[in-house]
Amino acid sequence: MKLQPIDQAAAALSAETRAAVYDGSKVGHEKRTRLLFDHYADPDRLRSLAGEIKQHVVENLDTYLPAVEARLTANGARVHWASTAEAACEAVHSILRARGATKLVKSKTMVSEEIGLEAYLRERGIEALETDLGEFIVQLDHDTPSHIIKPIIHKNRRQIAELFERNGLGAYDDAPAAITRRARQYLRHKYLAADAALTGANFVVAESGRLVVVTNEGNARFCLAATRCHIALVGIEKILPTDRDLALFLNLLARSGTAQQLTVYNEFILGPSAAGQPDGPEEMHVIFVDNGRTDVLASDCRDILRCIRCGACLNVCPVYRQAGGHAYRGVYPGPVGAVLSPLMLGERFSEKADLPKASSLCGACHEVCPVDIAIPDLLLRLRDKAHREGVPSPGTPPMGPWAALATRPAAWRAALAGGRILDHLPASLVPIPAIRAWESKRELPPWRGGEFRKWLKMRRQ
Amino acid sequence: MAFPGRTPIVGRRVQLMATCLCDAFHDDAAAATVEVLEHLGCEVAFPEGQTCCGQPAFNAGDWEASRRVVRHTVRTFSAAAPVVVPSGSCAAMLFHGAALEFEKEGDLGEVEELGRRTWELADFIVNGLGVRSWPGRLEASVALHRSCHTRGTPSGDAAALLLGSIAGVRLVEFGEGEQCCGFGGTFSVGFPNISAAMGNLKLDHVLAAKPDVLVSGDTGCLMQLSGLAAREGKPLRAMHLAQVLRDALAATP
Repeated sequence: MKLQPIDQAAAALSAETRAAVYDGSKVGHEKRTRLLFDHYADPDRLRSLAGEIKQHVVENLDTYLPAVEARLTANGARVHWASTAEAACEAVHSILRARGATKLVKSKTMVSEEIGLEAYLRERGIEALETDLGEFIVQLDHDTPSHIIKPIIHKNRRQIAELFERNGLGAYDDAPAAITRRARQYLRHKYLAADAALTGANFVVAESGRLVVVTNEGNARFCLAATRCHIALVGIEKILPTDRDLALFLNLLARSGTAQQLTVYNEFILGPSAAGQPDGPEEMHVIFVDNGRTDVLASDCRDILRCIRCGACLNVCPVYRQAGGHAYRGVYPGPVGAVLSPLMLGERFSEKADLPKASSLCGACHEVCPVDIAIPDLLLRLRDKAHREGVPSPGTPPMGPWAALATRPAAWRAALAGGRILDHLPASLVPIPAIRAWESKRELPPWRGGEFRKWLKMRRQ
Repeated sequence: MAFPGRTPIVGRRVQLMATCLCDAFHDDAAAATVEVLEHLGCEVAFPEGQTCCGQPAFNAGDWEASRRVVRHTVRTFSAAAPVVVPSGSCAAMLFHGAALEFEKEGDLGEVEELGRRTWELADFIVNGLGVRSWPGRLEASVALHRSCHTRGTPSGDAAALLLGSIAGVRLVEFGEGEQCCGFGGTFSVGFPNISAAMGNLKLDHVLAAKPDVLVSGDTGCLMQLSGLAAREGKPLRAMHLAQVLRDALAATP
């Protein structure tokens, strides 16, 4: 029996990793729910308002993007446009080369993961060091993140303490305080030696050109304070219309992402340091990255571009909890990734066309989404797209024969009567793979085909 | 989930959509639905040509096949009377899913018209007919599994209201109640490992609350949880909501 890749990955996941992912996501989800419902009478109204604002941006990117460029330029930043991952990497590299920079400190940005920046720069002799604790651990372990907000949700502290010991960061000590202290000691020197800082942006405000970067460790602030050149990698969908909108979005992002009222450090960046300011970058570059986003925009799933990368849909998703983030074979796991990753591949959609199948369509992701994205509907649309494009889907029963029965009442009733044979066949001999798959884990109830209709007829006589 | 404006209920004539799972496996849940509706004074019609709501192919991505089945269902239930379904999942297919796959079709209007007449059983009893409490008696602690396709609809609260109003019934809560049982239609056979792991978690939470009976308004969830319990040797008594309502009536003095 052929299985879906994500089901195989889940089956192969170690009990230790599954427990780490399950517990981490469950705690995150439950804290978020308490915080939202304790603080707001009607959080769902906030979610739908935020959704409307982001949808408005997505529908009007063609006017917002030039407006943002004009604002940023007026504020003294340089704006670059990168349509592909390669172009984005080149843009970062050419900025660094012009300054003779070889050491880059990075705050957490999913776009940099998406474009493979670290490897690109390493091959060109530039060290790009992660300063977010989770991303730092991922980098040290030559691993990849498995969650948007908690990149090491799949690791437990024993594994991290062992990693630190192997890499000379100190003898084994798995106390969280010790782990954090060692990372901090290591990183402090790196900030001071760095030539440039790279961040993402959670939001870019169109009316002011303000970049907003949130962190819980203050690492973005260290990056910016210690270097003279700031490069921001920003997905083209990250725009908000006005500064006022930040009140809504910062509240929702912190609660949805990490179950906090407010993220600990919020950087509001209006441009490079002004003349006479002793600290801060003298040079600021904003690189807007497309990398498949306009393909998403052109699809009937453009709503997914509202996403603010909070990770709430991962935390609540029962499939993510069983399979872990690596099962999704890309930077964006979970329900949002199941929509975004295949679409961002454009012409190569079929490579990840199985991801939208990895959902029981339970709808929990929609229920928690801070921008009210109807993720299950988008997953369904992508299943239809995959089917129309003839992408094979292991484990999905062929629906033609079923539809033939279900549109012919006499044939349907005959099948109801004939199904009785299932009670007499051993599971291994049942000619229907779907039933064998069912019986691989569960008992099939006794066949009662047509019994209700008989009962009703008797009752009506 | 978008919840459409409802066509007002006129008269007591309803059409029962039994669902394919009741047609094939859970005949008693459909029979109980008839008895419950008749107790409420409904005149229950059963269009003989009915088959399935179209959801299996819709979920599998074969929308073309699904639309053929939905069109058949629209024709079968064209009489101007509410359609009552003992399944939140099949009801949601008709008032939400079908509209999604008919977005670009010329007959979207007919599909939406059926959607506005379609009710999940508990929702119909409470919000359609205005029934706020259920007569009879049943001495049992009951765990109610709110099936996922009733998220964003009034069905879950309606079922809890009805169950909680039965003399002798004690509703018990269980852990992670908002999580899916792992059925998911074609998901259960395409992803048997994840589906079973989800179901076993649900079972363990339910069994830890030690209810006399697990109740759901969806036979899909019940089939998943009962099938797993039987395979794993876990003791589980599971009933459809309609069966509980009917059994309570039997104890009416």
